Amino acid sequence: MPNARVNVSFAVLLGLALMLAGCGDGSEQLPPQPIRLAEPVPVVLDVLGRPAPEILAKQQVLHRGNGEEPQTLDPHRAEGVPTANILRDLFEGLATTAPDGRIVPGAAGRWDISRDGMTYTFYLREDGRWSNGDPLTAEDFVFSFRRSVNPNTAAVYGRMLMPIENAQAILAGDQPPENLGVEALNERTVQIRLDDPTPYFLGLLTHASTYPVHAPSLAEHGDDFVLPGNLVSNGAYKLVEWVPRSRLVLDRNLDYHSAGEVIIERVVFYPIEDENTEFQRFRVGDLHWTDQVPSNLFGWLSINLPQALSVSPWFGTYYFGFNLTRGPFRDNLPLRRALNLAVDRQILTGKVTQFGEIPTFTLVPGGLPDYEPPTPDYAELTQDQREQMARELYREAGYSEDNPLEVELRYNTSENHRKIAVAIAAMWKQTLGVRTRLINEEFRVFLQNRAMRRNTEVFRAGWIGDYQDAFTFLELFHSEHRRNDSGYDNPRYDRLLEQISTERIPARRRNLMVEAERMLLADQVVLPVYTYVTKRLVNPLLKGWEPNVMDFHPSRQMFFVKSRAQAEAEAAAVQAEAAPEAETDSGKAGDVTVVDDGTT
Amino acid sequence: MLNYSLKRLASAIPTLLILITVAFFLIRIAPGGPFDSEKALPPEIEANLEAKYQLDDPLIIQYFRYLGDIAQFDFGPSFHYRDWTVNQLIAQGAPVSFTLGGIALLLAFVVGVGIGVWAALKQNSAWDYVTMSTAMIGISIPNFVAAPILILVFAIMLGWLPAGGWDGSVQRMVLPAIALSLPMIAYVARITRGSMIEVLHSSFIRTARAKGMPEHEVLLRHALKPALLPVISYLGPAAAAILTGSVVIERIFTIPGIGSHFVQGALNRDYTLVMGVVIFYGVLIIILNYLVDLLYAWLDPRIRYES
Repeated sequence: MPNARVNVSFAVLLGLALMLAGCGDGSEQLPPQPIRLAEPVPVVLDVLGRPAPEILAKQQVLHRGNGEEPQTLDPHRAEGVPTANILRDLFEGLATTAPDGRIVPGAAGRWDISRDGMTYTFYLREDGRWSNGDPLTAEDFVFSFRRSVNPNTAAVYGRMLMPIENAQAILAGDQPPENLGVEALNERTVQIRLDDPTPYFLGLLTHASTYPVHAPSLAEHGDDFVLPGNLVSNGAYKLVEWVPRSRLVLDRNLDYHSAGEVIIERVVFYPIEDENTEFQRFRVGDLHWTDQVPSNLFGWLSINLPQALSVSPWFGTYYFGFNLTRGPFRDNLPLRRALNLAVDRQILTGKVTQFGEIPTFTLVPGGLPDYEPPTPDYAELTQDQREQMARELYREAGYSEDNPLEVELRYNTSENHRKIAVAIAAMWKQTLGVRTRLINEEFRVFLQNRAMRRNTEVFRAGWIGDYQDAFTFLELFHSEHRRNDSGYDNPRYDRLLEQISTERIPARRRNLMVEAERMLLADQVVLPVYTYVTKRLVNPLLKGWEPNVMDFHPSRQMFFVKSRAQAEAEAAAVQAEAAPEAETDSGKAGDVTVVDDGTT
Repeated sequence: MLNYSLKRLASAIPTLLILITVAFFLIRIAPGGPFDSEKALPPEIEANLEAKYQLDDPLIIQYFRYLGDIAQFDFGPSFHYRDWTVNQLIAQGAPVSFTLGGIALLLAFVVGVGIGVWAALKQNSAWDYVTMSTAMIGISIPNFVAAPILILVFAIMLGWLPAGGWDGSVQRMVLPAIALSLPMIAYVARITRGSMIEVLHSSFIRTARAKGMPEHEVLLRHALKPALLPVISYLGPAAAAILTGSVVIERIFTIPGIGSHFVQGALNRDYTLVMGVVIFYGVLIIILNYLVDLLYAWLDPRIRYES
């Protein structure tokens, strides 16, 4: 076949051309491309702090990309961030959050906390109703809290209710759910008694495991009570349609106590796991809100879509753990310290992850209103100085160039984890001469290996706080905590944690937590790398939300404003129509304030 | 013929049983469990969950209970998508996968045969080389490369079609169907061209032409039918491949078919869902192969009698 060669070279050429076309997207060298995103009009608020009607867009339908398909819409059995996002729109706990993440009244209009911090009394709103019109009563909350800790519910997050009196014993099946310290004092008053003063308790009440569920529909439909048509909820939205792995449609709940303030009429959540797909759908205008951003596109996006890109600190830490139960790290503090100091966080965040992550030397992320993590003294040094210290410690630990440390670094399969692991191995090699074996494992295999502590040495870890308190990080290293994969077993640390749980005075509690974290860092149990950031693309016309450390963004707070072009077109039309009497109602202008909000 | 088809059908049952058994134990041997997450559960909660999903019995008891359940077509609740049963999830995903797969298959057949016949008629012309080398590229470019390129060109640059999603509308089907059928179009085109050239050189075609039959009748009535036989025998396995192989396309275009249940189910250790999809695929492939076998037997009597 004399023609075969022609065919092959033709194919190669065409293939190359196609490949080049494919690679072009996303490379930072490309010149900026015009992206079709409309420019918003400035936000104008009325006297009550609500957006003025004239700036609002006609269409108020929000399309949100939302990561994984929710596992369940049963708030007591739910887990995972994507599910929590949906449930936050469907349901409302006793407390909820403002756009900036502050805790504000939810289903309860107000509450009292007893002096000893152990009894909370919640006064439900008089106009609180379910989406079918039934009144929302104190009994509903008693029923729901009991259900959440009932072993038969098999609630994944039942432990969120652990601070409540008898919750632990009920979860373990040792006491009946009726013994839970939650009581209806009258139709609209709920009282909750705690085992220990828990300063972050109000924060727990924003979590799905404390949301109320509608007892009659549960009795009628059983486990199917969460399906469209059956689900009765008490939040700002109600469920209309759910096509698994396709979309989930929510409409405004007119029975919601503040329904008049809700502006977004309809929210559509799309489960999209692939971040590139999600990005493409944002780009063509299918989505107003993405769950994530392709990790390699930061440079490109900050040039081409700065008005849509939102990056802000999150309540989570990316770190590596040392297995303290076996060699080489068991009883070898200098070695752990040496490896910790030899890691250059600036390079990891600035050159490797490149998404605005915040380098850190502490476990608890900064940004909490009442907690300042104890930064170790070596954080103040230059990286050169730290590396010098690391080399000395390495020798002290008994290693040298001729006798290098051989260590295994384990991480779960992901491009980001791989890049970081490779960079850290290179830093250890360069500074200390350590030989690192990188091992990646599928997520669940990895988790099991970590928990067994039999074959791990250094392992990747990450933790996103469950509630807004440093304790959610510190409790991980209690000798009996199930996620204490380092096997840290320090009686003094355990005692500190127990003291923190029972301490009633906030300042003393804070000091105890600082002391606990300082101990943990001094013992070099973990190698913190960076504070997580949330990153997403948001259509600039969508307002009313703010970045916050918990990354809670209820749709009920959001609204679409008109685009500048649209506003101008309308103004021109109005002017043309009403030219003779244009200046009659200028007196109302004093009621409004122009706000320059920095949301994007 | 009936005897043969019954025999073939009976042999499918042990095949299926072996498939179920191997898959059942394989997924459970995999480290980790359906309720593992980075947030570890307190032991009492984990015990509650295992009791709820009957994972606390010995494995062999779970196995026989499972066999009993599937004998009644009950695939159990999904461990991961906890509001749905596996039956519901498959019932929701299968029509989507079948629609997409069916369109892709049809597209592959029509376009592929068209190109193949054309290339055979213009054998060794520039047109032949261009189409056949393009076909070669089509075969060699994997889906996960072709699909993003299609999105880039038709959704983002030209803005003609949506970038993904599924609502049953034709616009949303076009790109994924093309992406899914591209390698098959290419394959069908090459098979058609080959067999068409062979048929065109056979003596009965020469006879037909010698009789003075118009060329289009020669092609349609005499050449095309025998030339399509290899294509049709390819379509059986191809249909199975397109239905089971749409995982990547489903992910890129966010299409709620059952392909992604397979992969996600395994990653989530969603035992019942993985088993459900394995059995569904298993039955599908067995049926398609069975149909192809019957078709063969019907076409070629030797197979009927020898077995």
